[in-house]
This record gives sequence, C-alpha cells and structure tokens, in this order.
Amino acid sequence: MSRAGDLDEADDAVRVRMVVNGRKTACDVAPRDTLVDCLRNQLELTGTHAGCEMGACGACLVQLDGRAVHACLMFAVQADGARIDTIEGLAESGVIADLQAEFHRRNALQCGFCTPGMLMTAHDLLSHDARPDRETIRDALSGNFCRCTGYEAIVDAIAAVAEARTTKASQPAEGSSS
Amino acid sequence: MKARAFSYFRARTIDEALDAAARSGDEARFIAGGQSLVPALALRLQAPRLLIDINHIDDLSGVTREGEWLRIGALTRHCQMLTEPLIAQFAPLLRAAAPYVAHPAIRNRGTLGGSVALADPASEFPAVVLALGAEMEIAGPAGRRRVGADEFFVDLFETALAPGELLVAVHVPLFRANQRIAFDELARRRGDYALVGCGMIATVEQDLIADIRVALFSVGNVPTRARSVEAALAGACLDADRIAAAQAALDGDLAPDDSDDVPAAMRLHLARVLLGRLLGSLLGRLGETA
Repeated sequence: MSRAGDLDEADDAVRVRMVVNGRKTACDVAPRDTLVDCLRNQLELTGTHAGCEMGACGACLVQLDGRAVHACLMFAVQADGARIDTIEGLAESGVIADLQAEFHRRNALQCGFCTPGMLMTAHDLLSHDARPDRETIRDALSGNFCRCTGYEAIVDAIAAVAEARTTKASQPAEGSSS
Repeated sequence: MKARAFSYFRARTIDEALDAAARSGDEARFIAGGQSLVPALALRLQAPRLLIDINHIDDLSGVTREGEWLRIGALTRHCQMLTEPLIAQFAPLLRAAAPYVAHPAIRNRGTLGGSVALADPASEFPAVVLALGAEMEIAGPAGRRRVGADEFFVDLFETALAPGELLVAVHVPLFRANQRIAFDELARRRGDYALVGCGMIATVEQDLIADIRVALFSVGNVPTRARSVEAALAGACLDADRIAAAQAALDGDLAPDDSDDVPAAMRLHLARVLLGRLLGSLLGRLGETA
C-alpha cells in the first residue's frame, strides 16, 4: 500500500487481501480499480454485475462484512482485510437456496441481469426483518432496477420465502423429545 | 467511466489523516462511505491525486451522550440512524429522516459526516442538522473547533470546512420531552432526490409553540432555515389559520431557481404544501406526552 506523498506512483498495483466467499484471496489492483471490476476481472466472479457504475441500479451488490453494499461504489483496495460474499458464495452455501427456487418458480426474472442484486437485497432484508410487509419489501427493492420482468413477481417471491421461513421456524424440531 | 489514477492511503488515526492531507496540499480528498464521492470520481467531476481512507479511524465512530449534547461520530452509517438507541431517544429527527436517504445498500455504507461535509443541497441530513441546531466538530492542523449549523453551510457544496480539515463528529442538542418533530419530503420515486423536503423541531409549552426551527432542502444552494415561518409560529397557538399564515410566510424565506424539470413556482408551491402537511401533523401531537 502506498504511503501518502507517493503521488507519482498513483497507478502502481497494490496487494489486497480479502476473504472472498470464505476463501483467503489476494490480488494486485490499482487504487482506482473498483471492487466490482476486481471481482469480475481478476477473481472471475462474474455473478456480480456492473450496470450503472454509480450506485443507482443495484446489479453489483455484494456483502461487505455481512451487509449489502454496492461493489461499484468502493475501490478494491478499500476491501483489504474485509470479508466479501458474492452471489456465488451465497448460492454455494445454500443460504439463499429457497429464494433462488422461489424466484425460479414464480418467473421473477427474465434476462437475469438484475437478479444477483435482487437476491442480495432480499437476503439482506430478510436477515434483519423476518416478516416484512409488501410495502417494506418494495421499499427495500427501491435501489434495484429490473428492466424486463417488473417487480410484482419479485415482491411475491420474497414475501413467500419470508412466510415459509417463519412457518418453518415456528414448528418444533422433528425428533426432539426434550 | 473510470476514475483518474490516484494514490491511496488508509489512515488509522485522525492525526495520520490530517498529516497526509497537509502533505499533499489541495490534491487529497478524504473518503468515508464514498457513496457520492466514488460516482464523482468515476465521472471525473473530481480527480484528486490522493485518496485518504478514514473508514478505519476508531475515533470517528460511536455515539455518546456528553452533557446536554449527543455526540455522533462522523463515521456513523445512515443505517445506524435506524438502529442506534441513543439516536432514537435523543435525536429522533435524524431517525425520522434516515428512511428517505437513498436506498438500503447506500445507507449501509454512507456516513453522517460524509453527507454533512458534502452539503448536497438536496440531501436530507444537512437540513436535519440545520433544523436541530447541531454543531460540527472539526479537526485541523490548528486543532479542534466547533461550528454551529447556521454558520456551517456556506454555499453550494461549500461549508465552513477549510482544505485539510476533517469533520470528526456532529453534536446534537438532546431531545426533550416537550419537543415534537416532523419530517417528510416529496420525490417522484422513493430514494430519488427530493423535489422538496422539510424537517422541523418544535418546543411546546402549555400547548403553545414556544420555539420552532424549520429547515428545507432541495430549495436552493444550501439547506435553508425558514426564518419567516419560524417567526410566524413562535409563541403561537397552532391552528388552521396559523398554519395558513406560516405557509404564506414561506414566500419570504425561499427563492428557488427555475430548473429544467421544476419551475420555481412549482417548487415553492410544493414547499407550501409540504409545510402545511407537517404543521398539520404537528398540530395533532401537541398535547401528547412524550
């Protein structure tokens, strides 16, 4: 990492270490490389999409230390030492399997460009609010643009998963007698 | 678009950040949440040679009660306005405004200090700290100083912060049981910049408005106190006639410019409508015990 004052070496690569999807990762980036470009181009995690690149469309959402943030609105060098979870990580771990299945079942996507961001937002919302009403879901999605499906099926899918998870959580665990 | 090349420095202390800024002259920018700065860099509206990352400075975090004030560290994220108990209790106007600030993912990263230091005239928090009569704690080469909100916002994206100075905390007078707040904005879409917005805090004594501070945003180059409105309401018993008088007084406080999509007359009209709604909601809550 450059020291303040090394202005003539502005574009020299710096080493960034992150835990990406649970794996320790190091890569060399220029300070001006955004996190989304680093994830896509260097780590080949292309599920994180670069859309508007100014924080409006929500296609580039990732989890930074457990909270959804725009990967286009931070530089990769800022993520040094952080835990990053991308859509690939959430999918592999199974934590959003029910959301994925419900999006699929309800045709809550067409081209799929916005879907990783939609799932990130849905996951972030349901992690902090187990029973959001439709208005809350719509509000949470206000920073995610979909340009083909429309939002109705997406809201339906998230509401259905919230309902199913709550029902499941309220049932006593099977096989437990004490 | 991509940012112009820059060097990056992660500061661990306020002094480190100030030293780095001092050594690079006007070529450095502090980056906190970056939710406005990074797009500005990508669009090359700004092209600093050095970015000083202040996200890892512990002294910029935390919310603490200090006597009659609530000290809110500059790095307090927008989402914390919704979850921090001390803010709910002692600065509820910040909490009321937070859901209107951009979108959830932006709120996870954006900071109060960043929003106030940027002083975007369409942003919620600068107007809220103005309504609250907050004081900005500033660190610089000459030491610490505190600047009141009425003096802090100078002009379009211009504040009392001098080059090389860092906003370290926002101090808010503690909310009291006889105070009432109201906040709302009119926007074409949720999360968009408001066409007009307003926050207010009133001190109530025996059902009279003893004192009220009203601040609007998206109405000019800076967040704006509606001083004629405040004068029309101070010491008054709030009723429909008084609300109408306050709405009429607003004409003396605002002089918005025509913009491409919002003529000045429309913005002024919307401001009057919003003011009327907020005062109406205040009227219904004057007799409540907090």
